[in-house]
Amino acid sequence: MYKYNDFDEAFVRERVAQFRAQVQRRIDGALTEDEFKPLRLMNGLYLQLHAYMLRVAVPYGTLNPGQMRQLAMLAERFDRGYGHFTTRQNIQYNWPKLQDVPDMLDALADVEMHAIQTSGNTIRNVTSDHFAGAAADEIEDPRPYAELLRQWSTDHPEFQFLPRKFKIAVTGAPNDRAVVRAHDIGLQIVKNDSGETGFKVIIGGGLGRTPMVGKVIRDFLPKADLLPYVEAIVSVYNLLGRRDNKYKARIKITVHENGLDKITRLVEARFVELRPHFQGADVALLERIAAQFAPPPLPEVGLGAFEQAFDSDPVFRAWVDSNVAEHRVPGHAIVTISLKAHGQTPGDATAEQMRVMADLAEAFGHHELRISHEQNVILPHVARADLYAIHARLRAAGLATANAGLISDIIACPGMDYCALATARSIPVAQQIATRFDALKLEHDIGPLKIKISGCINACGHHHVGHIGILGLDRAGVENYQITLGGTGTEDMVVGDRTGPGFAYDQIVPAIERIIATYLDQREAPEETFLDAYRRLGMAPFKAALYPVEKAHAA
Amino acid sequence: MAVVVTDAGFAPDDWAGTVLELAPDADPNEVDLQAPLICVRFPSFADGRGFTIARRLRLAGYAGRLRAKGHVIADQYAMARRAGFDEVEISDDLAARQPQEQWRARADWRAHDYQARVRQGV
Ligand code: SF4
Repeated sequence: MYKYNDFDEAFVRERVAQFRAQVQRRIDGALTEDEFKPLRLMNGLYLQLHAYMLRVAVPYGTLNPGQMRQLAMLAERFDRGYGHFTTRQNIQYNWPKLQDVPDMLDALADVEMHAIQTSGNTIRNVTSDHFAGAAADEIEDPRPYAELLRQWSTDHPEFQFLPRKFKIAVTGAPNDRAVVRAHDIGLQIVKNDSGETGFKVIIGGGLGRTPMVGKVIRDFLPKADLLPYVEAIVSVYNLLGRRDNKYKARIKITVHENGLDKITRLVEARFVELRPHFQGADVALLERIAAQFAPPPLPEVGLGAFEQAFDSDPVFRAWVDSNVAEHRVPGHAIVTISLKAHGQTPGDATAEQMRVMADLAEAFGHHELRISHEQNVILPHVARADLYAIHARLRAAGLATANAGLISDIIACPGMDYCALATARSIPVAQQIATRFDALKLEHDIGPLKIKISGCINACGHHHVGHIGILGLDRAGVENYQITLGGTGTEDMVVGDRTGPGFAYDQIVPAIERIIATYLDQREAPEETFLDAYRRLGMAPFKAALYPVEKAHAA
Repeated sequence: MAVVVTDAGFAPDDWAGTVLELAPDADPNEVDLQAPLICVRFPSFADGRGFTIARRLRLAGYAGRLRAKGHVIADQYAMARRAGFDEVEISDDLAARQPQEQWRARADWRAHDYQARVRQGV
């Protein structure tokens, strides 16, 4: 893992001191509320429906146990004993007081963490594959590049007041677990014909009101060109992006309105100007960073008691089947700790649970934890022989829900319960779907299925790329939920199709049940996933199940 | 009377020569690089185009005096200097609300600069 050097340490301390002074200047009137707003946003502080919210970066989703324990401490001391993990590998605290925030930031700095650029119209926390460094399909660990981008984008003087927020994601594997095609810039590590590694560069993806699949601007970018190329893109966007309408200000609209050809010409021209100013200090820095991400020693070990436990304990077996993924080293595994216990708020963890996860990472996981964009926590390097012991401790802490990748592993944005922009509730819908299918005992039979729920068209719950997407709207003061089917956020990203008119709050769970019943009825075999079945069958049978009256008319 | 802010603090505007004033949507490719003083206007502190314009002028070789003019706040002084501006011109009102200590506090803009690390390795 990356370890702060003196420079990083001094930087975050200085930044906290500046923010402390800014809070004071806001209180004494030197800064207007308008002027204070972008400054607090640059330090992760939002004003929500009921109170402030502090969003803390977990850069590229990687944490050590000491950091996790500090997050637990913050939850207890400044929040209500829990924290909320988000879809962008951040953790949010929902009830801090303004005057406490500088102290919270100092406590974060104590463990080499910060809340810098987790909001505002600037380059946000760079996200990455939560299986990085552990996945069998990986070409190269993407996190050193993410860390280099973190350093380059932090306090970048040109890019603190962009037309709109700007999100970058990096993946090192062909199977995209970082949703890079839904980012302002997506970087995918690839090999070219001569066997060199570089990046496929994708721009202009995004969800929100106008979902767009990112477009490839460079098929192969040599690694040493990364910073000047990314800088060229953001620099072109800073001048060209619209500032007259915040809903048209993201780079996806800039690309859409100007055309990829024009953007490519401008970016390549800018890149030629910028390239000579990166003389290798960035490459040397990258090498120093990469050395710190050296994988832990993982000897090939035996399975120990694993097989016997797997055969004899059905609860353990169900959990292994859904929550344990293949590791690149035989005898090891990647564990997904579900923060989606049926009926709980997706992504929430109590301070006590955070400590349990920290302890497990220390005892069994080479001191590493990850936060996934699916709002779960990952132990990336554990021996299979230890899985049974890990499972037992997770169970005791209410963390052993066997549902990773299944119907109750739902992404839901905060919605009406917290968010000032919401038009509908999303958390209770997630809770009801999870509880309902748990009661039906159908979850494991249904198999891989991603449901994603947003509480307004801003789409923070990524509903467009859910196999089943749910969007909560407000129709004349009444909550109304639209459903989309067939979306996916992976390397073959597709935006889902709308089924038709929306459903009332008390009708949305029955509607999902009808969709699932149709799938179970029409799938060719249990191995045919919901997404595959939808691709084969199309919308018609699902529409018929959802809107029976209209079908009668059409017949 | 406007106030001009430099690393030394506040001073009245001492410039008597010609001024080339650029709108925030100016195309940096079409600017006369021989102008002795270029002013880039900031209509609002939230509009960051001027930072990129400054940077591009410097990269294109502009060696004259470069000034950010308009609604720039003290907290942006370090960004302005790092982007290539020499100074910032603000209104008397803003100068009264954000006195020179608040600007001088960021006269250390060379310190804690990630850009210097990734570009020059310092
Ligand atoms: S999708 Fe809407 S309701 Fe949900 S968090 Fe985003 S802005 Fe808030």
